[in-house]
Amino acid sequence: MKHLFATTALAVSLVAGHAAAEDTLKIGYVDPLSGGAASVGQIGLNHLKFIADEANAKGGINREKVEVIGYDNQVNAQTSLVQVQKAIDEGVRIIVQGNGSSVGVAIEDFVAKYNRRNPDKHIVYLNYGAIDPVLTNEKCSYWHVSFDANVNVKMAALTNFIKDQSDIKKIYLIDQDYSFGHAVADAAVKMLKEKRADIEVVGNEFHPLVKITDFAPYVAKIKASGADAVITGNWGQDFSLLLKAAGQAGLKVKWFTYYAGAAGGPTAIKQADLAGQVYQVNEGINNLGYPEADKTIKAYIDRYKDAPVVFPRIFNTAGLLFKAVEEAKSSDPADFIPKLEGMEYKTFSSGGDGFIRKEDHQLFQPLFISSFGPLKDGESFDEENTGWGWTKIGEVAAKDTVVPTTCEMKRPG
Amino acid sequence: MTGTSFSLPPPTPGGATSNPVLRYGIWVLVAAGLLLLPQVFSSGLAISTMCLMGTMVIFALSYNMLLGQTGLLSFGHAVFLGLGGFLTAHAMNMGADGLFPLPLMFMPIVGGVTGLAFGILFGAVCTRRAGTAFAMITLGIAELVASSALILRHVFGGEEGISVDRTELPQPLGIVFGPQIEVYYLIAAWCFVSMLAMYAITRTPFGRMCNAVRDNPVRVSFIGYNTTTIRFIAFSLAGLFAGIAGGLTAINFELVNAAQMGAAESGTVILMAYIGGTGFFAGPIIGAVLVTYLQLMLSDITNVWQLYFGLMFIGIVMYAPNGIVGLLAAQRPLLERRCLHRMIPYYVLALVPGLGALAGLSMVIEMTTQLSVSGSEGMSMSLMHIPFEADSVVPWSIAVVLLLAGGYGFLRAAAVTRNAYDTATADRRAG
Amino acid sequence: MLEIVFVSTINGVLFGMLLFLMASGLTVIFSMMGVLNLAHASFYMLGAFFGFEISRHIGFWPALILAPILVALIGMVVERFGLRRVHRYGHVAELLFTFGLTFVIQQVVEMVWGRLPVNYVVPPSLNFSAFTIFSTTYPAFKVFELLTAVAIFVVLLLIIRRTRIGLIVQAALTHPDMVGMLGHNVDRIFMLVFGVGVALAAVAGVIAGPALVTQSNMAGLLGPILFVVVVVGGLGSLSGAFAASLLIGLVQTFAVAFDISLADLFGPLDLDNALGDYLNDIWNVTIAQVAPILPYLLLVLVLIVRPRGLMGMRDT
Repeated sequence: MKHLFATTALAVSLVAGHAAAEDTLKIGYVDPLSGGAASVGQIGLNHLKFIADEANAKGGINREKVEVIGYDNQVNAQTSLVQVQKAIDEGVRIIVQGNGSSVGVAIEDFVAKYNRRNPDKHIVYLNYGAIDPVLTNEKCSYWHVSFDANVNVKMAALTNFIKDQSDIKKIYLIDQDYSFGHAVADAAVKMLKEKRADIEVVGNEFHPLVKITDFAPYVAKIKASGADAVITGNWGQDFSLLLKAAGQAGLKVKWFTYYAGAAGGPTAIKQADLAGQVYQVNEGINNLGYPEADKTIKAYIDRYKDAPVVFPRIFNTAGLLFKAVEEAKSSDPADFIPKLEGMEYKTFSSGGDGFIRKEDHQLFQPLFISSFGPLKDGESFDEENTGWGWTKIGEVAAKDTVVPTTCEMKRPG
Repeated sequence: MTGTSFSLPPPTPGGATSNPVLRYGIWVLVAAGLLLLPQVFSSGLAISTMCLMGTMVIFALSYNMLLGQTGLLSFGHAVFLGLGGFLTAHAMNMGADGLFPLPLMFMPIVGGVTGLAFGILFGAVCTRRAGTAFAMITLGIAELVASSALILRHVFGGEEGISVDRTELPQPLGIVFGPQIEVYYLIAAWCFVSMLAMYAITRTPFGRMCNAVRDNPVRVSFIGYNTTTIRFIAFSLAGLFAGIAGGLTAINFELVNAAQMGAAESGTVILMAYIGGTGFFAGPIIGAVLVTYLQLMLSDITNVWQLYFGLMFIGIVMYAPNGIVGLLAAQRPLLERRCLHRMIPYYVLALVPGLGALAGLSMVIEMTTQLSVSGSEGMSMSLMHIPFEADSVVPWSIAVVLLLAGGYGFLRAAAVTRNAYDTATADRRAG
Repeated sequence: MLEIVFVSTINGVLFGMLLFLMASGLTVIFSMMGVLNLAHASFYMLGAFFGFEISRHIGFWPALILAPILVALIGMVVERFGLRRVHRYGHVAELLFTFGLTFVIQQVVEMVWGRLPVNYVVPPSLNFSAFTIFSTTYPAFKVFELLTAVAIFVVLLLIIRRTRIGLIVQAALTHPDMVGMLGHNVDRIFMLVFGVGVALAAVAGVIAGPALVTQSNMAGLLGPILFVVVVVGGLGSLSGAFAASLLIGLVQTFAVAFDISLADLFGPLDLDNALGDYLNDIWNVTIAQVAPILPYLLLVLVLIVRPRGLMGMRDT
């Protein structure tokens, strides 16, 4: 077996530790790269490798070569911490992660403690996708930056859109029964009440995480409630099966989702034949007609034909990081984090204005409401080879997505 | 891994020698080893890895009290690891607030007591049955507990779990437990004490009765023991030590979450115990160290490490059912007979084609991966620093030849080796 | 109310039959070989992917025949060269062997079909709505699922009750050693049984694949629910597994319909401290919220009260 040969090499590396090369900007990507969740984890790594290659082709960042190293955390918080330790030993100062808020909180805590206990050596955690609000509220940290809009921000955008849809009278909420699902439901109830008191929340359902094979009973319940729209934070199998069950039962409602665009989502919507009924809120889609983004997306999809899923948030993460590193002329987090605070940035998908709030290190950016259906004229990108793509329905400017934070950040020094 | 199966009599657990110098000497050596390890492996990663290994050793040993010693296959042992960890984390947070003045170094006791309490609770339910029924009840309980953990968000902290800061606890000896190395010594100490305690249990009459329940429950009933009671006590004690391991995990990672008591963790501990060898006290120790190491490091070398992992596991189940320690222990009769040197040429003979076959297999796997999963990264790849193209004919031919010739050679050599082994040990029995 | 009862019953029966479809092979293997095949879901996944690949080229109906045959061949090879060797080391070794197999099959599927879901769709010949009740449509595909499950149940039952093989099987259930001594080729019977068992899993995969999500992690996500069906039904009892599937399907579906919590029954708790927070978690959980966990509770209760399962013939 191959590891027999490699074991000795690894044992040596354990003793010696890796010498950190000075002239590379090392990015440690800690996400699932094996097992069931690897489909999304691998896509993120593809993005970073693509971005690194592009940056290196232009001579690197501050003439430093960008190197991306993947660390397989198997979406397990404890494993992640050992992998972060491994990354630190290998000279990585920048940790990128995005799948799973449990992992996100673990890394945020670890990084904060590490920096406190090792005052001469700093690491930073760039979070491109863990969007539980606690990360930038109760547990917020100076050494963490959140590049995806968190649950509350997205719900603010979503409800701003729903506010103007006069045909929506009854809304059903269905979410996975864990902290993220509850955060989505709580935000929806609160914000709908503020913005459209006349909308009735006819159901607030929670179901266990990835335990359900048959969503027909839930669809029957939604149908019986007479809802004309559903808001859900479901992702992965729980999203696909829910939508397919709805399609089979002939449920005609509008679906407002967080993760319809995630891996597997578009395929499920196409199979359920729900053209134009599924909406998502996110930081950007492929068919916005912004030439600069189109060029990059095309190059990316040409390279990764097997998994042609584009995450604009990772482009934003890397873009902001590179900008801060160049401005600080240093790749030490202690030097470039101050540059990130309050930094203004033209976001990847549309070139719209975004900024990082200093108080909680949350990126605010234009958010898009889009719907999924057969490609229209002038739209060039479909999703997962379905022939269907995302169409912009609404846009919410960054300043209109700002929500308050309870963060009391402890700053170093 | 020579991959041959030896026709051994069932091994006796512990297999301790009667020589007291040797018996105590081993433990002195273990203690010295635990003390010196950080001097040899001193990088941050190595210390973190060894901390995890230490807790997993306790966990795997506690599991083997069930599987190896009492013959109970549990699919839910991680429940105790998790519950012990959660209660420890809550106790630590209370300690930080000054409500529960127990120094950090004794916090694993909280985990142990929790594990024992739940061991008694769940044990009362499931140890009334053995065999498949027992396995299924543990599976059901594990699912119930793991699912409840996500729903009862105040106790278990939801998806994020409960985080703690170990440095905020009372520090009686001035040890802050900030640096990982201090935590290592704490874990090493607890690991040593737990190993000693669990070994001692195997040497008691109760330990012997556990073996008897495993081997022949009917006879145990005939001689007047209650098999249910013995299973119950074994189950509770296993819960106790798993709880200690959970407490140490909470201290080590400063975090406990629901995933820690999930099915994956329960499955991992089965792998650890079995790969190491359930019939030997040292088996789960070796297994825990090896499996933890592979889980953390194998992913750096190959994308499809779970495939190698699965193949290795199947190989061990098929060809070395007594585990790695079983393979080593099979050499003992040779040592006693002082004829190990006679066998070594045979082992080499089997090993060479075996390694060739493995190299071929791993080439096939890696090249297939390059063609399919990593296709978008291009066809250039390298194994052991030899670069080549995954879609060209030459490496594929080499791989297939290696695999077939190596496999055939290995099977032949294995048969010869087995004969030689049988002859060597038969000599001994005859003489 | 009538609507809820009616719709829930239909949904429950449909779901129960889907469970039976998936679990029938498992119960065949478990009852005849005493092996709890932990890789059953993996063979189900293989069936789904073979079904996808074959139906893409020559259509769904040939796939429904060919995919199970292919999987049966793989299963028989696994039994002949793997499981049979492990058999002599006892049940734990057999369990662990199938456990290891789950890793291997998942990785191989990932290598061949990638990690993203594949577009395995309902065949056009079954893609219409069969009937509509209370404005809820039921697709023909689900009815086909149900009919297949019932057909498999009837055929298996006939084989066990009316044929010579069935006679041997029934004998093997109660007197396994005697059957061997009577000169039956137990090895070959076991190989065939394992082949048939995994073929049934593959049938379930081909049929359920389009309705659910065909992805390389589908085996893992299915979880241990199939073991619940088999064990609750009782070792060696096909009828038991059938009844257990229906029971679980109905229990889970009806539970979803009820939004009742302890708080609704006894009023809210008025405890304003940490303990109150903990208790409130339990107090406010609705039956609907825990519906998918109920089968596991059922499993534990049944095994405590009646360890041979609903209709089992001997203790598990």
